[in-house]
Amino acid sequence: MSRRRVLGLTGAGAAVAGAGVAGGFAADHWLHPTPAEAGGGARPVPFTGEHQAGIATPAQDRLHFVSFDVTTTDRAELVALLREWTRAATRMTRGLQTVRDGAVGGSPEAPPGDTGEALDLPASALTLTIGFGPSLFDDRFGLRAHRPAALVELPAFPGDDLDPARCGGDLCVQACANDPQVAVHAIRNLARIGFGRVAVRWSQLGFGRTSSTSRAQSTPRNLFGFKDGTNNLKAENTGALDEHVWVRPGDGPSWLAGGTYLVARRIRMHVETWDRTSLSEQEAIVGRAKGTGAPLGQVREFDPVDLHVRGEGGTPLIGADAHIRLASAQSLGGARILRRGYNFTDGSDGLGHLDAGLFFLCFNRDSRAGFVPMQRALAARDVMMEYLEHTGSAHFACPPGVREGGYWGETLFG
Amino acid sequence: MSAKSVAALAGAGLLAVLAGCGGNGESATDDAIAVTATDSACEVATTSAKAGKITFEVTNNGSQVTEFYLYGPGDRIMGEVENIAPGLTRRLIVDVRDGGDYQTACKPGMKGEGIRGDFTVTGTAAQRDDPDGGLGRAVAGYHDYVTGEIALLVPRTEEFVAAVKAGDVSRAKELFPVARTHWERVEPVAESFGDLDPRIDGREDVVEEGLEFTGYHRLEKDLWQSGLRPDSPEVADRLLADIRELARRAPNVELTPVQLANGAKELLDEVATGKITGEEDRYSHTDLWDFRANVDGSKAAVEALRPVVREREPALLDTLDTKFAELDTLLDRHRAGDGYVLYTDLSEQQVRELSAAVDALGEPASKVAEVVSR
Repeated sequence: MSRRRVLGLTGAGAAVAGAGVAGGFAADHWLHPTPAEAGGGARPVPFTGEHQAGIATPAQDRLHFVSFDVTTTDRAELVALLREWTRAATRMTRGLQTVRDGAVGGSPEAPPGDTGEALDLPASALTLTIGFGPSLFDDRFGLRAHRPAALVELPAFPGDDLDPARCGGDLCVQACANDPQVAVHAIRNLARIGFGRVAVRWSQLGFGRTSSTSRAQSTPRNLFGFKDGTNNLKAENTGALDEHVWVRPGDGPSWLAGGTYLVARRIRMHVETWDRTSLSEQEAIVGRAKGTGAPLGQVREFDPVDLHVRGEGGTPLIGADAHIRLASAQSLGGARILRRGYNFTDGSDGLGHLDAGLFFLCFNRDSRAGFVPMQRALAARDVMMEYLEHTGSAHFACPPGVREGGYWGETLFG
Repeated sequence: MSAKSVAALAGAGLLAVLAGCGGNGESATDDAIAVTATDSACEVATTSAKAGKITFEVTNNGSQVTEFYLYGPGDRIMGEVENIAPGLTRRLIVDVRDGGDYQTACKPGMKGEGIRGDFTVTGTAAQRDDPDGGLGRAVAGYHDYVTGEIALLVPRTEEFVAAVKAGDVSRAKELFPVARTHWERVEPVAESFGDLDPRIDGREDVVEEGLEFTGYHRLEKDLWQSGLRPDSPEVADRLLADIRELARRAPNVELTPVQLANGAKELLDEVATGKITGEEDRYSHTDLWDFRANVDGSKAAVEALRPVVREREPALLDTLDTKFAELDTLLDRHRAGDGYVLYTDLSEQQVRELSAAVDALGEPASKVAEVVSR
């Protein structure tokens, strides 16, 4: 693929990519993308920019998320890995192999440089997003002084049933694409490049997006059958992203300006007991109508949530412990998060039930003001918790976007 | 413990209101009745409507925050929308089932009797009744069951608490699952007291920040794991006081037949998510006692509804009877003395069998509420 061709595609993809990509595309293209563009389709999403892709980018359909432990204690080795990863990520997000002639063009006596399962597949809007966990900021790499105060170990929440094998990690990479094979190929090859320097701690596949992060996307449904993320922050609302998602220069260490904090929670859903619950109770628990997604008391999905409507006997229509009331910015002093989660099923639990749920991902400017108070309110009072179990948890700081010729984490290690 | 049941019991009126919102929902705005509120007037564009879903769209043209109400006879609130700031329009959809004389009201400043107007509802929306009193008898019968269990819960807890306070660990361990049996049998009702439930039955990992870990499970931990602690007697006293408070309040719980049916299902949900995994009694491993008690309670609710279900859906009743019997047989295999083997003594295969039997029963049990609501 020629450089010129790549740039051409990059321009088209920019409308898909969402906020933060400095670009000269027409404003009406923003507001009225064609349906194919809205989903991201097969096109590439630019890897470089002010912010990392894969955050405000319209949510792709598939996810492969991985958390790594860094096994080397040599800072130079770690930086070399981040540079190699960046080169491979730049190529893969363009729909190229990890290295030129990787899968079949090399020496017949050598194992192929690219694993090959994404040959013939387009870029599929692949984004690769890196994050640094609290544990990276210890004495191994001299990063202790650079740990942002907001990069806390998440507190224990009521009802957590966390499996240590699904928690934490020094580094994470989120791969999102519209083709699951492309996402898995990317993570597999990054893990391969990393052998000897990092080791996979845990990973999670997501088969369907549960959030829309662009007004051009329809709202998908979670495994409870409800539209999820109707009130999510949207890429087009750059003011809200600046307010609630992107870390500002004065917020903490300068290396993170333009970055954000990522919270990952593996939430098992007890779908079997949920499915035995009446429709009216399901709707009361969520606070929305299952069919339309309209808030209770309203008519259409995007009608504003009105927490002040009461029914017979003065009972609030959206109950005191309904999910959308507890999670609403109104109830949380204005705090908002950008949700970007995925449905998952990981086989069964050995008791005849699906091991299924939501791999919750969110981005916020300070998790202490965004995710933590929200989850605290939900864990304590949300009726939905009866059907949920949080089994995995992690917190990462995602550095700002990579400049042309730069590498992942350059502002921290450079 | 569960928060679910709280919602189920919280407001009998809730279901009726929600039913009005659950449908396709696309029809409400076209025939909305405009209400124009000012500081001194409350103009309702149309002052009559047919029974069923009635939509008001209230615009506040005044200078004060206002609210809008629809009142039924005796000033019973049919629906309200609060906190309408000047310049805003807000929507209220009310499901009015009976024709008759109603009143609208705007309340500038959100206080006082408001600016009233008459509103007439014509016709009657379809509603069901209970001609032969079968549902009423079902509720009364189950109410008696709940009262009877709580009447046993108090003395059994008194004995348990006395053993804890006497430092008689082995006696307290014997009494722990016995006392809990009466709690677990009526769990959906017991849990409906949102303040008491976490204090009585909270598990260590579920207790909300700022609350203490108290109740049965705190004493369970003391008895089986950490040994009795200096404050164990105090925790025991508090448990007994909470149980007595529960006994005082329980007679006033009002149940509807649908809530009763949902209770039968919820008890099996409790088994499926809490007992089958050994999470409930993680220190004592007496989960099968609680398992048995939940199933007993579920069966009692179905028993109360038996004549109604037999008349309306006999095949469902047959299925329930069969599946209850199968689960009983399976549970009986794990009996030991007056009680049950420990959860930790079950093989994986045995847990799987129990889980499958609970699912097989939970599925038909979830259909009872709809039959009852017909």
